[in-house]
Amino acid sequence: MDLTTLIFGRLTLESFPFHEPILVATFLVVLLGGGALVGAITYYKLWGYLWREWFTSIDHKKIGIMYIVLAIVMLLRGFADALMMRLQQAMASGGGEGYLNSHHYDQIFTAHGVIMIFFVAMPLVTGLINLIVPLQIGARDVAFPFLNNFSFWMTTAGAILVMISLFVGEFAQTGWLAYPPLSGVDYSPGVGVDYYIWALQVAGVGTLLSGINLVVTIVKMRAPGMTLMKMPVFVWTALCTNILIVAIFPVLTATLALLSLDRYVGTNFFTNDLGGNPMMYVNLIWIWGHPEVYVLVLPAFGIFSEVVSTFSGKRLFGYTSMVYATLVITILSYIVWLHHFFTMGAGASVNSFFGITTMIISIPTGAKLFNWLFTMYRGRIRFEVPMLWTIGFMITFVIGGMTGVLLAVPPADFVLHNSLFLIAHFHNVIIGGVVFGMFAGIVYWFPKAFGFKLDPFWGKVSFWGWFIGFYLAFMPLYALGLMGVTRRLSQFEDTSLHWYFIVAAIGSLFILGGILAFVMQLYVSFRDREKLRDTTGDPWNGRTLEWSTSSPPPDYNFAFTPVVHELDAWWDMKSRGYKRPLSGFKPIHMPKNTGTGVILAGLSIVLAFALIWHIWWLAVVSFVATLGVSIWHTFDYNRDYYIPADTVTEAESARTKLLAGQVV
Amino acid sequence: MFLASHQIHSAGSMRARDVTGKRSLFVVCLTLLLAPLLGGCDWVVMQPSGDIAVQQRDLIVISTILMLLIIVPVMALTLFFAWKYRSSNKDADYAPDWDHSARLEIIIWSAPLAIIIALGTITWISTHKLDPYRPLDRLDASRPIPAGTKPLTVEVVALDWKWLFIYPDYGIATINELAAPIDVPINFKITSSSMMNSFYIPALAGQMYAMTGMETKLHAVINKEGVYKGFSANYSGAGFSHMYFNFLGQSQDGFNAWVEKARATGANLGRPEYLEIEKPSVKEDARYFGKVDPALYTAILNMCADPAKMCMSEMMHIDMKGGAGVESHHNRERLEYDSRRAGEPPAAGHKEGETHSDKTDTPDGNVEIEKPAGHHHH
Amino acid sequence: MAHNTLKAAADAGEISFHVIEDDHHGDHGHASDGGTMLGFWIYLMSDCLIFACLFATHAVLGRNYAAGPSPADLFDLRLILVSTFMLLFSSITYGFAMLEMAKNRLPQTLAWLGVTFLFGAAFLGLELYEFSHMFHEGATPQRSAFLSSFFTLVGTHGLHVTIGLLWMIVLAVQVWQRGLIPENRRRLMCLSMFWHFLDVIWIGVFSFVYLMGVLP
Repeated sequence: MDLTTLIFGRLTLESFPFHEPILVATFLVVLLGGGALVGAITYYKLWGYLWREWFTSIDHKKIGIMYIVLAIVMLLRGFADALMMRLQQAMASGGGEGYLNSHHYDQIFTAHGVIMIFFVAMPLVTGLINLIVPLQIGARDVAFPFLNNFSFWMTTAGAILVMISLFVGEFAQTGWLAYPPLSGVDYSPGVGVDYYIWALQVAGVGTLLSGINLVVTIVKMRAPGMTLMKMPVFVWTALCTNILIVAIFPVLTATLALLSLDRYVGTNFFTNDLGGNPMMYVNLIWIWGHPEVYVLVLPAFGIFSEVVSTFSGKRLFGYTSMVYATLVITILSYIVWLHHFFTMGAGASVNSFFGITTMIISIPTGAKLFNWLFTMYRGRIRFEVPMLWTIGFMITFVIGGMTGVLLAVPPADFVLHNSLFLIAHFHNVIIGGVVFGMFAGIVYWFPKAFGFKLDPFWGKVSFWGWFIGFYLAFMPLYALGLMGVTRRLSQFEDTSLHWYFIVAAIGSLFILGGILAFVMQLYVSFRDREKLRDTTGDPWNGRTLEWSTSSPPPDYNFAFTPVVHELDAWWDMKSRGYKRPLSGFKPIHMPKNTGTGVILAGLSIVLAFALIWHIWWLAVVSFVATLGVSIWHTFDYNRDYYIPADTVTEAESARTKLLAGQVV
Repeated sequence: MFLASHQIHSAGSMRARDVTGKRSLFVVCLTLLLAPLLGGCDWVVMQPSGDIAVQQRDLIVISTILMLLIIVPVMALTLFFAWKYRSSNKDADYAPDWDHSARLEIIIWSAPLAIIIALGTITWISTHKLDPYRPLDRLDASRPIPAGTKPLTVEVVALDWKWLFIYPDYGIATINELAAPIDVPINFKITSSSMMNSFYIPALAGQMYAMTGMETKLHAVINKEGVYKGFSANYSGAGFSHMYFNFLGQSQDGFNAWVEKARATGANLGRPEYLEIEKPSVKEDARYFGKVDPALYTAILNMCADPAKMCMSEMMHIDMKGGAGVESHHNRERLEYDSRRAGEPPAAGHKEGETHSDKTDTPDGNVEIEKPAGHHHH
Repeated sequence: MAHNTLKAAADAGEISFHVIEDDHHGDHGHASDGGTMLGFWIYLMSDCLIFACLFATHAVLGRNYAAGPSPADLFDLRLILVSTFMLLFSSITYGFAMLEMAKNRLPQTLAWLGVTFLFGAAFLGLELYEFSHMFHEGATPQRSAFLSSFFTLVGTHGLHVTIGLLWMIVLAVQVWQRGLIPENRRRLMCLSMFWHFLDVIWIGVFSFVYLMGVLP
């Protein structure tokens, strides 16, 4: 081994894609944009503020917001991948080769899937749960505030690793689940799959810890009087989602660990030879993968439940059946995984079993839809932006549900599996369910987080962009699937399909419009924040406890821990003429900020990078450092402080004045 | 007729592609509007030519109709309630505390339940009836299999990135072209040389994975003459987009002539030839082999086409007897399979690099999967 | 005063909408000790799932010897029995440490932790000896799928024991520095759960991998 290899592993100058004009241009754009951002932060002397108030913060609200910011940044990247795929398929389906070779295209569809699931949908879900659940259960923070900060930074570290792969080396060319033997070291010897593995492992640590944290928070920290059957539906769905996270992410961790052993040590878990079995990987990854879909969609269901009840001015119809439906979905989601590979040759009875369990999930899901429907029935529906997303969801999601049940019929799946019909189906439920839900949640809770509402005009533009764009982009894909077109193709021989792909590409431009309108909405709302300001803390006439405190809430959330008597606790308080206490405030016990999470996540990036590029000395150094910092952190026993009663009194008096001004 | 076809027709049924772009656009708009209703158009999955695929199509249609029974009312009610109970409509009832109705809740759970019971029953029956491993019991809805019909056996091997078809009954083999006489049951035996692929001819029947060291089965029959498209439906690496072939459904005479044509080539497919063919390549033209080593398929399936390798069957036999003891290091090398291509020069046929405006291509024109940018070499 | 008013109101039979907290006991802002124990328990369950995957993998691959050595050729059950008892003893001695902690006796607690550490280290030493012996015979993780899953399952358990030992050292230092304060008691409880958990997993490994592996 020569000295360069010893120092740099397999990292060489050729690892940097100078010869790829698209990547160089992207890099320059990122460099300029990033440079401008860093410059602006430096110019306005914001580094200290960001470090103290955000990066090291253990405030669940700030961590929630940081998760959402991460998700939006990664959405831009993941969507850029989507646009590139649409463009390539639109070009190549007309004859010719398009502008991307397969080396490039295969990385893009892999990165698109990985980014959208792990670094957009997951942070959105975790972010909103973090932001809202403690407020909804009347708590002042989560159970383990430091772990919360650490989890966020580990998720970010995973995202950073994926971004590094864009400019140093390459990403996996295996599809987002990296099936072996293709992802094995003999068929994918490069760094791409290693980036994939370590990005997911690092982020997975964060996801698992945050799952444990939020389960304990919901189980242990509810306000007095909030029995399980008085929890808001969003809290229920958050609980089920986090239980699922705890139950499935270890499976992903184990599966990827075995794949990395195959790649690094030369074991034979998933190889073709020496007794390995790639089908084992396919089973394991879907035991994680299918419940993962419900991890994403259950909180969206929770958001729709909150939104539809608030904007219909009505109690949620069928709360109890809603809760049981959520529980049934949670349990069933664990026994359907085989429907992702009916075509692997299992017997008819096994296939039917998994097909039928899959269909059964549609019963509680259908019940939920009816519940939302009858919540609207005899309501007073205000078509604010969150409600638009909700109605868009109800219309769109049933189509995705229908095609999903269709795919669960094994003989039908034999002709539709891996086709563009499948692609259309899961985008139908993920965009129509998860994305619409997250946007509804963001618009709904934005005033709670920042103290001003989002501009409704640009919100509506954003909604219609996504809504129309979704149908234009994915209805042709349903059709193409029925024409027998399979997924992950970068080249086509049949030019008669051209127009379908053109329409799909136009659809993706509409979605682009929707995303840009959302960014515009943020800008316009920030500009007009005084006009949009929420002084009441309760801008939508809400029903749950988060609306009982100010917008944004103080660090301690509630000056006094609320006591809950009814399901819609805040609605109950309002209807019984609740009077806000004006004095008698006590010091409040709160956790202290810490930078350990940032440091550990930073070290994890270094460790992962060293492992990806086989820079063994650096791997050892960063591993020892990670261990050292973790141990050092446990010697810090001084992690709490008290907010003095005077500070609380001051904050609450300010709010009293604000509310009084409101009355006048 | 719509041009939106992924199916290539034989000369006899070839339709002139005289439709202008303008009309195509119209067609696209129309199909988009009618997408769920279009069963009768030229969409191969919805209008297949083999009995199994026809039954699978019927299942799609029946299931969809069953589900629409509940989907359509929900969509209609959503829009209707949204309109009726808009906040500006002060005439509509307003019941802010109404949140429960036992009767309604029974309906909203039992309506989907009823649909799923029906669909579940259909699923159980059809999954068993259309099990790809189950030999056929009919040629189509109206014709049973005539007594004495001998099914056609085809051994399918997914290679990187092309298809090898072996006809053990005829002693011939082809690359990237498959033929079968109409109305004769076909028994496919499917395996792969390295990647997991999926063997799929939409016009004929549903797909089945092709996996290394394993054999999957598919039973099907083609009922109409024509040239149909077959391809891999599971992503398998750089050359995947080009991994398609033509499937010729022919009259018995036509098929016999096709077999003769293959035989006439005189080319031989033995183990050495196979090991050459097996190397990664893309865009291979159809090729015929008039003679095939009869043991070749079994050797491929057992990952021992290379005579230096131990066959899977032998390994499994040893394992069943409790392994080969500690003094068995020599067996390891004989069982190494995945690493066999490391460092080998690229294969014959077209290289991936030649087919693209490929900036990352290495100077010697290697297939990309072997030398992507930034890789180390074994 | 508002809160007096509220108390008065509550006495009058009206509903109160918030807790009147005492100055330093209003700890609804973060989880009490029970929260930590629950959280750690959930973590252990998730860890248990990792082992479940490894066990499942071993169930699928455990007889794929790739024409190589089988458990009967490799395992020395007497050695495994000895190491099993090392781990079981260490669990018992950890229990003694916890009993001493309950009696608030610092030196005894630390002493029993020390004994536990020695048993744990002995277990680990025996495992390393077994591994090196197998390597010596050419039975490496690369040899067959059986050996891949064997080394991974047993090695993952061994890695957990190593982490447990490291944790024990760190915690012993902290207990020695600060005494049996509530934080340290909580940590000792967590390590206790972790240590017993490893015992339970090992029982699975012993019966499922070793005993059933050697059986014909």
